[in-house]
Amino acid sequence: MINFQYSRPGDIADAVRQIAADPRAKFIAGGTNILDLMKYDVERPAHLIDISRLPLTGVEETASGGMRIGALVPNSDLSYHPLIEARYPILASAIRAGASQQLRNMASTGGNLLQRTRCLYFYDVATPCNKRAPGSGCSAIDGINRQNAILGTSDACIATHPSDMCVALAVLEAKVHVAGPAGERVIAFEDFHRLPGKTPERDTNLAPNEIITAIELPARGFAKNYTYIKIRDRHSYAFALVSVAAALELEGKTIKEARLALGGVAHKPWRNKEVEATLNGQPATRESFRSAADALLRDAKGFGHNDFKVELARRAVVRALTQAAQGTPQSQSNKKIV
Amino acid sequence: MPPTSRTPETEISLPDKIPITLTVNGREARLKLSPWVSLLDTLRDHLNLTGTKKGCDHGQCGACTVLVDGRRINSCLTLAVMKDGAKVTTVEGLAKDGVLHPVQQAFIDHDAFQCGYCTSGQICSAVGLIAEGKAQSADEIRELMSGNICRCGAYPNILAAIQQAMGGA
Ligand SMILES: Cc1cc2nc3c(=O)[nH]c(=O)nc-3n(C[C@H](O)[C@H](O)[C@H](O)COP(=O)(O)OP(=O)(O)OC[C@H]3O[C@@H](n4cnc5c(N)ncnc54)[C@H](O)[C@@H]3O)c2cc1C
Ligand code: SF4
Ligand code: FES
Ligand code: FES
Repeated sequence: MINFQYSRPGDIADAVRQIAADPRAKFIAGGTNILDLMKYDVERPAHLIDISRLPLTGVEETASGGMRIGALVPNSDLSYHPLIEARYPILASAIRAGASQQLRNMASTGGNLLQRTRCLYFYDVATPCNKRAPGSGCSAIDGINRQNAILGTSDACIATHPSDMCVALAVLEAKVHVAGPAGERVIAFEDFHRLPGKTPERDTNLAPNEIITAIELPARGFAKNYTYIKIRDRHSYAFALVSVAAALELEGKTIKEARLALGGVAHKPWRNKEVEATLNGQPATRESFRSAADALLRDAKGFGHNDFKVELARRAVVRALTQAAQGTPQSQSNKKIV
Repeated sequence: MPPTSRTPETEISLPDKIPITLTVNGREARLKLSPWVSLLDTLRDHLNLTGTKKGCDHGQCGACTVLVDGRRINSCLTLAVMKDGAKVTTVEGLAKDGVLHPVQQAFIDHDAFQCGYCTSGQICSAVGLIAEGKAQSADEIRELMSGNICRCGAYPNILAAIQQAMGGA
C-alpha cells in the first residue's frame, strides 16, 4: 500500500475543513472499499481522514414519520434494527443480501453509497479504464463484461454500481443529507448516483469536499408487499448479476402503486417511473408483471458476455413482483424461490 | 499480490509512526505504527500472533477474521490505527485456563477442517455468530458464515461443529 498521512477529526466541521483543505485527501469510514482499492493502487490518497468515530451513529424517527440513519451506522446494525425490520423490511433484506456478516459489521451506511464499481478493468491498473484514468478508454466494452451494465450505458463506460442496499433505498425514495464548506444540503436518492455519460470518473453528485451525514427514509416503507431478489454466481458473498427490489401497494388484487429498482444492470440503481406507472390500476397478475418487465428491458443492450442479463432481468422482475404481490418475500438465508 | 509499500507520485513527508494501545487477548499492547499497517499485519508481524491468517488480504475469504470489541470483522481491511483503544480477540485468546473454547472443541469433535488454513477465521467467525444470536437454522448458519471460505470444502463438518457449540447436536 502507498504511504499516506492519517488524521482523526474531532467533529463534522473539522472533517469538512480537513477534506476541503487537501484535494488529495479521502475519508475512511469502515474501510472495506477504500483500503481494498488502495491495495490495488486504484485509489492513491495522500491523506486518510478517519471519520469512523464521528457521532453519526443514530437511528431515529423523524417528525414526519420516517427515519433518519446516521452515515456511520454499520450495515449489520441497520439491517437488524427493530424499527427497520418492522417498517422497512426491504432495506433490511437488501443489506443482508450483500457482502458477508464480517464486512457488514464494518461497512458504514455512507460508505455503502460511495463504494465503487467492481468492473474487472477498473481494478486492474495495467488496463485502460475511463473511470479510473479518464480518457484512457474502456476495456470492458470489448472485454470480459459479464458483470457489466445493460441499461444507461455510454460509449465511455458500462460499469455497474455494486450496492444492494442502494437498490432498496432507491425504491424507498430516501434522501441523502450532506454537509460541505457551504453548509448542508439534501440530495434526492435518484439524483445521488449518476449515469456514466462522458464523465464516468464521477460516480455521484456528492462534491469531493462534502461528507454524507445521514440517510432519511420517508414514512412509507411498503412493509406488506415487497421483496428483494438477488441473482449471482454463488448463493452468498457474491455481487449481484441482477437484483430487483419490488414494492407494491395493493387494493384487493389491484395495484395502487408499484415501485421497482434493479441492481447489477446500470451505473446506478435503475428505476423507470413511467413503466411503474403503467402498473397502477392493473390487476396484480403475471400478465401485468410481464408487460412491465418487457417495457423496462426494452432498451436494454448487452455487450457479449452479459447478454444473458437482459432475459435474466426480465424474469427476475416478474418473479419479484409476484413475490411482492403474494407477500412472500425472498428469504436471504435459504434463498428458496417462492 | 502487489508489493506492500510504494512511494506516491508526488513527494509527501513520511508520516510519523502513531502510538496506539490495543488490548489483545486481554493483554495490553502499546505499539508505534505507520498508518498503513493493517490490523492483520499488526497481529502477525508486530505481536507475533500468527494464528490469524492472511488468505486474500482483500476481504474475500475470511481467514483474517478476529473479534474487535466483540464483533467479528476482517482484520485485513482495517487499519490498526483506526482501532486504537479497542479490545481484540484472536484465535489464541479463546481458550481459558488451558480449556479450549466450546467452538474450538466442537471443531475437533467434528473434524471440521482439513488443511486448517481457514480454521482460525472460521472459529472466530463462529464465536461472533453465536454472540450475535441471529442464526438458528442450518440455512441461517450457512448464510451468516458465508464470509468464511474453506477451499478444502469442510463445510458440512463446520456446520455440525457450530450446531454443537450452539447447544444443538
Ligand atoms: C469481498 C467483498 C464483497 C462485497 N460484497 C458486497 C455485496 O454483495 N453487496 C454490496 O452491496 N456490497 C458489497 N461489498 C461492498 C461493501 O458493502 C462496501 O465496501 C461498504 O459498504 C463500504 O462502506 P465502508 O464504510 O467500508 O466504506 P469505506 O471503504 O470506508 O469508504 C468508501 C468510500 O466512501 C467514502 N466515504 C465513506 N463514508 C463517507 C461519508 N460519510 N461521507 C463522504 N464520503 C464517505 C470514502 O472516502 C471512500 O471513498 C463487498 C465488499 C467486499 C470487500
Ligand atoms: S466499464 Fe467503466 S469501469 Fe469498466 S473498464 Fe470501462 S470505463 Fe472502466
Ligand atoms: S485475508 Fe482478510 S478476508 Fe481474506
Ligand atoms: S480446512 Fe483447508 S481451507 Fe478450510
